[in-house]
Amino acid sequence: MHELGITQSIVEIALRTATGQAATIIHSVTLEVGALAGVVPDALLFCYEACSKETLLEGSRLIIEEIPARARCRDCATDYPLVDLLTCCPACGSAASDLLCGEDLRIKEMEID
Amino acid sequence: MCIDCGCAPTDHHHHHDAPHSHEEHTVQRRKTISIEEDILAKNNRLAAANRTLFADKGIFTLNLVSSPGSGKTSLLEMTLSALKNEISFAVLEGDQQTANDADRIAATGVPVHQINTGAGCHLDAHMVGHGLEHFNLDAVQMLMIENVGNLVCPAAFDLGEDFKVSLLSVTEGEDKPLKYPQMFRASEIMLINKIDLLPYVRFDIARCREYAERVHPGIKIFEVSCYSGEGLDEWYAWLGEQVSAKGLMVRSKG
Repeated sequence: MHELGITQSIVEIALRTATGQAATIIHSVTLEVGALAGVVPDALLFCYEACSKETLLEGSRLIIEEIPARARCRDCATDYPLVDLLTCCPACGSAASDLLCGEDLRIKEMEID
Repeated sequence: MCIDCGCAPTDHHHHHDAPHSHEEHTVQRRKTISIEEDILAKNNRLAAANRTLFADKGIFTLNLVSSPGSGKTSLLEMTLSALKNEISFAVLEGDQQTANDADRIAATGVPVHQINTGAGCHLDAHMVGHGLEHFNLDAVQMLMIENVGNLVCPAAFDLGEDFKVSLLSVTEGEDKPLKYPQMFRASEIMLINKIDLLPYVRFDIARCREYAERVHPGIKIFEVSCYSGEGLDEWYAWLGEQVSAKGLMVRSKG
């Protein structure tokens, strides 16, 4: 359940940003989570409710935008979408690839008053 | 809430008889601020600091990861006993509770520090940074970090190590690399442990290698038994090469 530690970081960054902006209300926090980031969105939502209690974030919405994963084949240089880490190159069948994106784990934005 | 008209910020429609502009409201308007900050940035910053420290001191560092019971502590006991006269080691032990593993390592005579994570399911770079305060790093050539037994969570946390090393024992099933691809993708090295049990268990080593290669093309694999000692010489030789290469890097800087 490393989502708990990750959520604590989200709360820390969001509260720091809110203080810097002199926010009085936080409506939402939006994350970008790669399909291969190794975190479970439902677990993040569950932890967020617990971690945001009794802070300025309490009651705010956590919005999770999933970033699809893409890879480049090491053998034929084709770019292709990855469903999981075991997806092979659709052009040549090779399993050797480099990830181009899909491991993102970022706070994108906040909506505040 | 807008004190001019009483409309709530979340329900801000201009339904009033006498329309007014937003600028007349005395409260701030809802705005979106861009953050674009990596959630693991703090851990990654601390891991980078650890990595710099290891580079400055010429310390080769491994982060051992596996499910509980794969043999991480046994591998350490064997490795330390075999090489402690040639390489000066230090060991950081991660567990949720108890100092059992640290006690086993201490019995080999190698400096060890136990980190108890409590409810935590992995070590992070901050814990490792503080753990290092318990050693005289000038006297250390190789640091072994034994992570909490868990094939999921430690994959996401960089500790500043040179390599993650996954252990997989033949009693666990050869499809572990497919079931926990994040961890095997993050590991440059995989040890298949307990090969002395191969006659008694259903475990297809060739298939296991193939699965690991699918998840992590080019992964380096050692087949060992920390009970019989089989295969460990190759592992020791590789460790020796890595330690001297890292030491040479430091000397060439000076």
